[in-house]
Amino acid sequence: MSEAIATAGARTSAVPARHPVFRRNPAAARLGIVVLAFVLWELAGHTILDPNFLSPPSAIIAAMPRVLGDPGVQRALEASFIELIVAFVLAVVAGVAIGLPIGLSGFTRRATLPLILLLYSIPQVTILPLFVLYFGIGAGSKIAFGVSHGIFPIILNVVAGVQSVEAAHLIAARSMGATRLQTIHRVVLPHMTPSLFTGLRLAMSGTLLGVLLAELYVSTGGIGYYTRIFADSFDPPATFTLVTMLALMAVALNETVRLAERRASFWRTHQR
Amino acid sequence: MNARFDWHARAIQIGFVVALIALWYYVGRSGLVSAIFLPQLPHVAGKFIQIVQSSTLYANLAVTLFELVVAVAIASSFGLTIGYLVGRSRYASLVFEPLLAGLFAIPLVVFLPLFILFFGIGVESKIAFGAAYAFFPIVLNTIGGISQVDPRFVTVARSMGANEHQLFRRVLLPAALPVIVTGLRIGCTIGFLAILGSEMIAGLRGLGSRIVTLAEGMNTAEMFAYIVFVIILAMILNVTLSNMQRRFGEAPRSA
Repeated sequence: MSEAIATAGARTSAVPARHPVFRRNPAAARLGIVVLAFVLWELAGHTILDPNFLSPPSAIIAAMPRVLGDPGVQRALEASFIELIVAFVLAVVAGVAIGLPIGLSGFTRRATLPLILLLYSIPQVTILPLFVLYFGIGAGSKIAFGVSHGIFPIILNVVAGVQSVEAAHLIAARSMGATRLQTIHRVVLPHMTPSLFTGLRLAMSGTLLGVLLAELYVSTGGIGYYTRIFADSFDPPATFTLVTMLALMAVALNETVRLAERRASFWRTHQR
Repeated sequence: MNARFDWHARAIQIGFVVALIALWYYVGRSGLVSAIFLPQLPHVAGKFIQIVQSSTLYANLAVTLFELVVAVAIASSFGLTIGYLVGRSRYASLVFEPLLAGLFAIPLVVFLPLFILFFGIGVESKIAFGAAYAFFPIVLNTIGGISQVDPRFVTVARSMGANEHQLFRRVLLPAALPVIVTGLRIGCTIGFLAILGSEMIAGLRGLGSRIVTLAEGMNTAEMFAYIVFVIILAMILNVTLSNMQRRFGEAPRSA
């Protein structure tokens, strides 16, 4: 079957791949494209681009020790990282605490889920000034805004995960005399692992978005402050360094959650 | 399941909203919370009526909507074209799909300072930022939609002598449309959020900048009125997009 798809796909191929290495290995071609993009960027940086706006990768790498050596930048990165972790943990704890009871009771779900979806549909960026008003311009507003972005995916995925538990398993657990807590611990929690992790992944990117938006909106010494300073002083290598660090942080955190997901749901793949 | 239960649930929902509004009303009246933090409900309602009659609102609304329309137009012309070209080839999908999905996993908001650096703090940077955000769901769903078309359909159409145009019009488009429309819908929604966000962080005009200006002036009542207006706008956008999606057939659930 997969062979049939492959040949059909090859026949309709708009861009025929000629080189045998790339043909057999799409990952190699992908790497090649990334490398090519960086080479073009580097070349353009030396020729046509205004160095006041865009610096070539080599200049960014050269600027890294200078920027990352700045104790202020180090403190800002550390502070943002802590805000992110605190917001994520709070979002997960609160999201599970709210999601479990909603998912476990059909009536609670019908009564509250529409309200939660209504809240979720509000464009949250518009209420960012309220967070600053209530939580101040320090870490508090960043954490709160991060939580408000991260909590909804957790609630919704926990509810979906609890609902996916097979009724037969619940009946079996009850008929064997499991208490409510035992049922949650032994049946519901293991069953909702995949959807919980989907929630965790979405919550991680949501929290990151919330914290960064709040940082960029108002900041006194955080990442937002330094990006503004670097951008205002036309120091693109420094801006790019900071952006690269943030992007790496984002990718690392996403990968951590994905790795944890693979470890926690290994039994599922064995089962199938 | 049965009607009586749903009626109960509905009653609780309405009760909750009413209780929230009543709480807002009485907390505001009692003076427990400063009007700067929580403006009184009648005051906000009055401001809301005032702003919907003011030209300031419509000037800012026009800026934001213009940015949204241009951003979505750019994002969909690139997204649909690239998505179609990549989705037609299984090899290209294998190469580009993970690349694009990986890029999308990085929160684009980290690049916002660069957008402002390149495009200034005017309308251009908002359009570029909104277009960048809207591009990814559109291109990813187009790739997904086109490449999930059963290859047998393509083979059958070909063997019956369909040319490239007929193949597109009669086979690929109808089969892929629901997924593509879902992508367009998600693209519009997050493009709108990205534009609002970039207006709030660095902007001169538009609804987002207006809210920030009011917040900085501690004009909380009018700010609440604007926030209510934006929320209503977002709901209208959502309903319009859902209707559009329903018109093109119920889409399978996909991100």
